[in-house]
Amino acid sequence: MSPEPASADEPQIVRDIAAARRRRRLIFVSIFGLTWLVLIGAVLGLIARDFDVAFLGTWWQFILGGAWLTVVLAACSIILATLLAVLGAMGRLSHNPVINGIASLYVSLIRGTPLLVQIFFWFYALAETGIVLEPLHAGIVALGFNYGAYLTEIFRAGIQAVPRGQREAAEALGMSESMLMRRIVLPQAVRIVVPPIGNEFIAMLKDTALVSIISIQELLWKAQAAGRPQVRILEAIVFAAAVYWILTIVFSFLQERLERRLARGDR
Amino acid sequence: MELGEVVVAATDIEKYFGTNHVLRGVTLEVRQHETVMLIGRSGSGKTTFLRCLNFLEEPTIGTVRIGDITVTADPLNRRGRRHREHIRQLRIRAGMVFQDFNLFPHMTALENCIEAPVRVKGLPRDLAIATAERLLDKVHLLHKRDEYPSRLSGGEKQRVAIARALTMEPRVLLFDEPTSALDPELVGEVLAVMRDLAHEGSTMIVVSHEMGFAREAADRVVFLDAGRVLEEGPPERILDDPQHEAVRRFLRRLHTT
Repeated sequence: MSPEPASADEPQIVRDIAAARRRRRLIFVSIFGLTWLVLIGAVLGLIARDFDVAFLGTWWQFILGGAWLTVVLAACSIILATLLAVLGAMGRLSHNPVINGIASLYVSLIRGTPLLVQIFFWFYALAETGIVLEPLHAGIVALGFNYGAYLTEIFRAGIQAVPRGQREAAEALGMSESMLMRRIVLPQAVRIVVPPIGNEFIAMLKDTALVSIISIQELLWKAQAAGRPQVRILEAIVFAAAVYWILTIVFSFLQERLERRLARGDR
Repeated sequence: MELGEVVVAATDIEKYFGTNHVLRGVTLEVRQHETVMLIGRSGSGKTTFLRCLNFLEEPTIGTVRIGDITVTADPLNRRGRRHREHIRQLRIRAGMVFQDFNLFPHMTALENCIEAPVRVKGLPRDLAIATAERLLDKVHLLHKRDEYPSRLSGGEKQRVAIARALTMEPRVLLFDEPTSALDPELVGEVLAVMRDLAHEGSTMIVVSHEMGFAREAADRVVFLDAGRVLEEGPPERILDDPQHEAVRRFLRRLHTT
């Protein structure tokens, strides 16, 4: 929260302190921005000699077209991951040994193997057993299952972080187990896990690049498709990296706003 | 107010936590319109006993009747789903007020008060709202109906919690140290609401150290010691002329602190 602006009836020293604070802030922001400009400029300067701006002039729209699929991929996958995570977390907390066993095996298996291996599994290996997935579907399933396992642990921690008294109050009012889970515990757990889910979503935005390997035509695939034939990979990759970077900045900003909205009614 | 029929009957309640024998056969009957105050040192089992009444703690042995529902302890859950449903029915007949309020932080005061009537009892929403507003008014907080708990003081939270318990029209209200988590200057407003309830004829069982409340509002005081009822009677007799040394010592220590 920003400090109250000093009004005229405050003594001079209070106004001086406020002015000094504003001045320090301005200086900080200016130097901070300048540092970024210099560093980015230096990197661009190093590669400028070999950098073909005209190439990007022709191809930037083609490459940028992949960004849309990148976002869609990440969005579909995070939705799948969240659904799996809710089930997974309930499973991990279940007293039923079969359900708990299934959920724990899922988490262990997924977290114990590389995402790239899982992408190959869903697309190539599964196809040999007769289950042929479209590349896009295989990509969503691979990312969704992978992130679902990590989110399972986040959800489990979130559910456990809801104070015990909440459950007791609901029980005392005569709520059944499933109702108090749905109405009291989960809504509070969700507010606890939104920040980490946002982080996972942003991480996923970048991991979608991995599914270019099964020829899903997202951002990285398009960058390579444009760059390779003309040996302009430097330009294409730098451009793709910049787009990923901007995407993560935009979604970080959106996440921050969502968090603030969810904080409503927080203790 | 004239006392009515027996509303709460807890018979031979025993509770072990592991091998720790916390309740050693407590029997208590409470009549309609009666306010009973449970007192005793910490560790005497008074809170555990209160929580056994609505099976937030399942007794190891014993039977609890509230109104028309009787539940016998089944710690091994031999009766399974049917037992859980009986417990739920028992709880609907008992409203509980906790030491730390336990309001639902993601709901406004009003939403806290209509959640159970709508979801558990199946009351139509507008009817539940009318009831909730009447009860919030009763605890003098109607103007806070749309506030989230985080915006309420401790005393206000506890009064909303009392209103929330009342919305289920319970046969008995259970208070578990309702003023212990409050700043001293906020205790009075909560006790005032409780006193009004007692004088209007609510049936109440109160675990508390507020001896002033016992004198003003309780019909009976029960002193628990090491998991047993050591002494019980009208508040003046227990507070001014206790028969047991343990009670005398307890009261003396309470006054000196």
